[in-house]
Amino acid sequence: MSDTKKFLFINRKAPYGTIYAWESLEVVLISAAFEQDVSLAFMDDGVYQLLKGQDTSGIGMKNFSPTYSALGDYEITKIYVEKESLEERGLTLDDLQHLVWEDEDEDYAEKDSIRLVSRAELGDVMAEQDVLFNF
Amino acid sequence: MGSIEANGKTYETDEEGYLADLNTWDKDVAEVMAKIDDCELTESHWEVINFLREYYEEYQIAPAVRVLTKAIGKKLGKDKGNSKYLYELFPYGPAKQACKYAGLPKPTGCV
Amino acid sequence: MSILHLVNKSPYENSNLNSAAAIMKSDDTLLLIEDGVYAAVKSGTASAKIAGHKVSVLGPDLAARGISEDKLVDGVAVIDYAGFVDLVETNDKVQSWL
Repeated sequence: MSDTKKFLFINRKAPYGTIYAWESLEVVLISAAFEQDVSLAFMDDGVYQLLKGQDTSGIGMKNFSPTYSALGDYEITKIYVEKESLEERGLTLDDLQHLVWEDEDEDYAEKDSIRLVSRAELGDVMAEQDVLFNF
Repeated sequence: MGSIEANGKTYETDEEGYLADLNTWDKDVAEVMAKIDDCELTESHWEVINFLREYYEEYQIAPAVRVLTKAIGKKLGKDKGNSKYLYELFPYGPAKQACKYAGLPKPTGCV
Repeated sequence: MSILHLVNKSPYENSNLNSAAAIMKSDDTLLLIEDGVYAAVKSGTASAKIAGHKVSVLGPDLAARGISEDKLVDGVAVIDYAGFVDLVETNDKVQSWL
């Protein structure tokens, strides 16, 4: 498609204190259905969205963390996580969910979706987009 | 809000006929929902409905139709993973109609 | 006269925790709830701000966010909703840093 645009969704909020994280995920899924080139970035408190082992049964809210694993099915294969934000919060990639996508051209081989980038590299990623969405 | 009767039980639905609470779902209500649309549920329908319930259980969302088609193709074979096959089973739209019978909310991004 | 200080925002997002920690007296207790619980993660830079204070965190909010108890600063008490009520009762006043 010639009118495909590069969309980057920038997620900067923790998952349950506000509705931003879930709203972002819904808009991401909708825009991916329109076959755009969608990437996600997680920085600042947004990195908390990807923590594994979330269990919301005690707070009466929907646990939407399993939905991040569906992003590969929506052909979202570029998930940027900012290194400085993780480090400041005492987190490493091992604390995050392991997100993958399946490459149909290589017999559904699983490939990592998460790319650890520095703040400067994330700036480069932002520069090459057509549209930036902030949540 | 509306409701559906099946086998003496009442199931609450939203204004478009989707179940208000997916935990109240059972096969009886799926059959009744299908009957309202003049649709007889066969083994082929159930394959898709069960697939959708498993998908929701794992990812907490109802998949978009493009995602559903691809995933069905992978799980049940290429002859079933195409829109022609799925639209023949669910003429009102596979994501919309099959999700309704499966007790799921309407797929995100589906209008 | 003791005060229960409630912080429900992430320490990386605003300065509520700084204000609470600066004002707290030795008899006071800090209770971290909702996004406030991130302050109790030992390896995070914000954990320095709660050092030296009596600190509790709400367990259901920790679990929701995927933070296991072994990641917390030593000495932090993990409590449930009943423990929350007890803290409100045993302190003379409650200050919510909204």
